[in-house]
Amino acid sequence: MTVGEFAKQNPLNVLCMPEAEREITGCYIGDLLSWVMGNAREGDAWVTIMSNTNIVAVATLTNVSCIILAENVTLDEQALNTAKENGVNVLSSNLSAFNIALLLKDTVV
Amino acid sequence: MNRYYYDLHIHSCLSPCADNDNTPYNIAGMAALLGINIVALTDHNSCLNLPAFFKAAKTYGIIPVAGMELTTAEEVHLVCLFEDLAKAMEFGREIDSYRVKIKNKTNIFGEQLILGEEDKLIGSEEFLLPNATTVTIEKAPEIVAKYGGICYPAHIDRQSNGILAMLGFMPEKPVFNCVEFNNPANADELIKKHNLQNKKIIISSDAHYLTDIKEKQNYIELDDEPYSSAKVRHQLFRYLKGEI
Repeated sequence: MTVGEFAKQNPLNVLCMPEAEREITGCYIGDLLSWVMGNAREGDAWVTIMSNTNIVAVATLTNVSCIILAENVTLDEQALNTAKENGVNVLSSNLSAFNIALLLKDTVV
Repeated sequence: MNRYYYDLHIHSCLSPCADNDNTPYNIAGMAALLGINIVALTDHNSCLNLPAFFKAAKTYGIIPVAGMELTTAEEVHLVCLFEDLAKAMEFGREIDSYRVKIKNKTNIFGEQLILGEEDKLIGSEEFLLPNATTVTIEKAPEIVAKYGGICYPAHIDRQSNGILAMLGFMPEKPVFNCVEFNNPANADELIKKHNLQNKKIIISSDAHYLTDIKEKQNYIELDDEPYSSAKVRHQLFRYLKGEI
């Protein structure tokens, strides 16, 4: 399923979606950026509560399909602009990371 | 006693996030222009631009301090300072063995330039510098102390990589004598909330651009007689270690 389809079918806010056609091929949950850098796989939907601008760089480095911010975490405008420029999809939700992962379960397993 | 204006947290072009114009000589020149007397160069997890910075400091007449901003395993930033350049370089080599080596992508993170005398380009660091090392916050002060240095939490008033943001509180151990603020306006509230009254408050710029280095404003009074820059530096370290 693509990021665009996933966002449409689920209770998620689209903060920016420059590459709606990216395929979600897995899910990774983590907040320690160095850990995510070493372990997230290309195509994963990365679920995190980390909201500083570095998450955009980490998403680019790991080539995840999107960042999903859990528990109403938001990203500031400057970071969102960087995300847009670098083709990083950013979604958000009031759900917990666990519940977001449940939304992904049928998509990626 | 004399007033020494300081900035103990500045990044050079070795840090990927810092501007390439933030060269050792430009930093020293800018600091001298702004009337800052003591300046520490603190690149992410590396000491490789310190030798050039010490030469630059001599050229411009400021007192250099050898430093590094260490990223702990918890992704907390610690400012590590050393009285002796050679010891700092040894510390740098030890930290290098605790780095998690991920290739730098210069288009995303920026270049990591190593400069020599008169800012001559002598190389670049291949692996990304700022990411977390395997050194825990508990272990870091021990390693720093082995080389005669001191460390303390950087920009505790900031969300990204400040100890309060990352851990949620100031841990009881290890004990830090100092804490660093970026913005002194944030200090009172955080000092009260986290019981930091007995810590020395250091205010530094964390400059990544030359324009981030601020007009002289923060100072420490040090006994400097008979004067030598080594004496001033030594007194600074006694101050940071809580000996005076």
